[in-house]
Amino acid sequence: MSFEVTRRGFLAGLSAATAGLALGVRFADGSNKGLFIPNAFIQIGHDGIVVITCHRSEMGQGIRSSLPVLIADEMGADPAKIVVRQGNGDPIYGDQNTDGSTSIRNFYEVMRMVGAVARTMLITAAAQRWRVAPDGLTTKMDAVIDPAGKRSLPFAEVAPAAGLLPVPKTAMLRPRAELVHVGTELPLRDGPAYVTGTAQFAADIKLPNMLVAVIARPPALFGKVAKFDSAAARAVSGVRQIVELPALTPPADSKPLGGVAVLADHTWGAMRGRAKLAIEWDAGPNGSYDSDEYQKLLLAAVRQPGLVQRTTGDAEKVLASTARVIEAEYLVPHLVHAPMEPPAALATVTDDRAELWVCSQDPQGAREDVAKALGMPEANVTIHVTFLGGGFGRKSIPDFAIEAALLSRAAKAPVRVQWTREDEIRHAYYHTVSAQHLTAGLDASGGVVAWRHRLAYPSIGSTFAPNTVHPSAGELGQGVLDLPLAIPNVRVETGSAPGRIRIGWLRSVCNIQQAFAVQSFIAELAHTTNRDPRDMLMTILGTARMVTPAEQGVAKLGNYGASLDKHPIDVARYHRVIERVTAAAKWETAKASGRALGLAVHRSFLSYIAVVAEVSRNPRGELRVDEAWIAADAGTIINVDRARAQLEGAFIFGMSAALHGAITIKDGAVVQRNFRDYPVVRMTEVPKQIHVDLVPSEGPPGGIGEPGVPPVAPAIMNAWFALTGNRVRELPLVRAKLPT
Amino acid sequence: MMIKVTINGALREVDAEPDMPVLWVLRDLLGLTGTKYGCGEALCGACTVHLDGEAVRACVTPIRRAEGRALTTIEGLSPTGEHPLQKAWTELGVPQCGFCQAGQIMSAAALLAVNPSPSDEDIDRSLAGNICRCGTYVRIRAAVKKAAKP
Repeated sequence: MSFEVTRRGFLAGLSAATAGLALGVRFADGSNKGLFIPNAFIQIGHDGIVVITCHRSEMGQGIRSSLPVLIADEMGADPAKIVVRQGNGDPIYGDQNTDGSTSIRNFYEVMRMVGAVARTMLITAAAQRWRVAPDGLTTKMDAVIDPAGKRSLPFAEVAPAAGLLPVPKTAMLRPRAELVHVGTELPLRDGPAYVTGTAQFAADIKLPNMLVAVIARPPALFGKVAKFDSAAARAVSGVRQIVELPALTPPADSKPLGGVAVLADHTWGAMRGRAKLAIEWDAGPNGSYDSDEYQKLLLAAVRQPGLVQRTTGDAEKVLASTARVIEAEYLVPHLVHAPMEPPAALATVTDDRAELWVCSQDPQGAREDVAKALGMPEANVTIHVTFLGGGFGRKSIPDFAIEAALLSRAAKAPVRVQWTREDEIRHAYYHTVSAQHLTAGLDASGGVVAWRHRLAYPSIGSTFAPNTVHPSAGELGQGVLDLPLAIPNVRVETGSAPGRIRIGWLRSVCNIQQAFAVQSFIAELAHTTNRDPRDMLMTILGTARMVTPAEQGVAKLGNYGASLDKHPIDVARYHRVIERVTAAAKWETAKASGRALGLAVHRSFLSYIAVVAEVSRNPRGELRVDEAWIAADAGTIINVDRARAQLEGAFIFGMSAALHGAITIKDGAVVQRNFRDYPVVRMTEVPKQIHVDLVPSEGPPGGIGEPGVPPVAPAIMNAWFALTGNRVRELPLVRAKLPT
Repeated sequence: MMIKVTINGALREVDAEPDMPVLWVLRDLLGLTGTKYGCGEALCGACTVHLDGEAVRACVTPIRRAEGRALTTIEGLSPTGEHPLQKAWTELGVPQCGFCQAGQIMSAAALLAVNPSPSDEDIDRSLAGNICRCGTYVRIRAAVKKAAKP
């Protein structure tokens, strides 16, 4: 494939990436002094070492082991020898917001183009040296190869000449078969750093004269400090300063919550100092928020008609006249990310400059917001991206980086803000709380002829625009508007739900509650009509076809920002993963052999994932997941081992939501504080095997970090129903009102 | 006050309040940042170190308890980073975000020191105090077995 090295030459929506691609032009006058810098991502220095920038944040998905290899493979560099540099927050790289499972799906072609430009220039320089046409030359293992002349020229030798060439107007991608590393088990680049403790996370970085800050924040959103006494805190050994932060006013956005900061020589001093603060809080407008009461309001909302979001046929009429009507309600609570690394950021701010080290998923967003908070041009703010000790969506929002910047300016010293685990649990951007009501109309032969899905939950939009009371099309596009249903009468409605705490993105977002309800309900319909759950699922999805907005009864489908031409909603791909996962789990013979299996399938972030869970009771009679099977069709896979690792991890993440996770709020304040009352899955609960089957594909890549999560909870609860006959409609399992 | 403690084989004198947790002495006073803060209440295991060979949670262990004793952190587990567990961890691609892994390895190393051929149940029990939110548990189990004596 040939492409133009201009903005227009790149995919729609990715044009910003070409800014970095074109950068090399700036050096064509020789000012690069012997370096080869064809664009913002690649540099070959005087030592001949190929340095490649990874512009996306590393938070466990292995992106530093994947994207740079794409560039290297395309340019002919040996991935084992490249040095990977982490990109600062800078628009020159294009989109850096490491969320939405976008790193591969949006950059697979762009990274190859980046590498292809470098290869073209290296080949041109070698062709000039050899006085041959460039057409017959190629690159391999850090050298330009001339197969006809049986000679080669190492990159180190040709790079200075290549650095003087103009960036070519066009370049060619290699044929897929020539990419020797893509689609293999790529080594884990940072593995040795992780296992020796040398990988640097935000809290590991220290500057001279640095203070550590721990902040007491208002318990309820938009609460304020009424008054405080810091005398006892000041007496704590190591405490240097007490700084009150400005109170937060709506919208919450990415702004800090306010409160009182204790700055000390070390973390222990700051933590103890904070414990000695005597603060009287003004609870503010959300001081009465009670999430359990609120969920009852959501339930009331989905028991009546709402705003129509999707409609085909006449579901109301059919439901009023059909032979049989089945109804069920599903509840999912607020969840919190609980990455092992609580948020941390280090800032050093002078009169006109700010430099920060942040475990940020979105360093450009952090740069923009820090600059705004400091009243400084963005160009004066540098955001270094450290390793992230897990992100899961929390670290896409830079409130904690802004705190560090404000405190550094106030303290006139470098300040590292350290969130404690309690802070992380009590002051997050939470996964939303939801209620859903599903209704199906069956005809006399048990066929599903009508489907009505009512949902109510505060939208992420409410965090940024407080008047938002309905989910966005993007949120409903996560398994509701885009759900294939071979049912003639379909209606989706949403109820009003204002936000009372900060709602944010949590790994796979609204797919969590929406897949749980839909995949549980389909299994319920199978039981009611005495059919095999897999057969019912296949019947409801319907025949192999490409789903269109017209079929769905919507004006358009968001499709995770991708075009339906490139990434159609392909029912055959749902079928394939269902068939593969049930074959692997021996679904057919499960019942006869006394095994309790549950199945769920879901498409999200352009990937299709089916999960089978096998459950039993542990000696205390509680649910135990014994084994799990996952089949994933995510299009082209770049890094097979990391893709598998993401799906294994997604299963555990989904298990935590199914079995344990619940954030509740009383009097506006989060009740949970630490892993004691916000438990997550531990080793003793882990299945003996999680089998991952990646469907071979040469199609465009889909997401891999998030799509593994949504089918997990319904698969587990469907299996629990197979074992016990108890239908769990409220997550997590510990909150479900089960018959005793 | 000055407290004498052997850290990774070297005798150190640390000027710290006696009730400061080992975690903060290591991280903030000595710059040994491989030991991580995850919860502060001995609930997650990210701060696991060895005190005279036994796995302890550094976040709730006051430095005075280590006086005259030997602490080992991830930095001191193997001078070359080639402890059998570290090798097994990289070979099997265990880490995802990596943040909890030093603690996981330190817990596993303490287990193997007393039980060189642990069963799955032994591994599960010994590592039950170490949370991995990325969910690398199946590979952790496999890596401990790989590093164990058959």
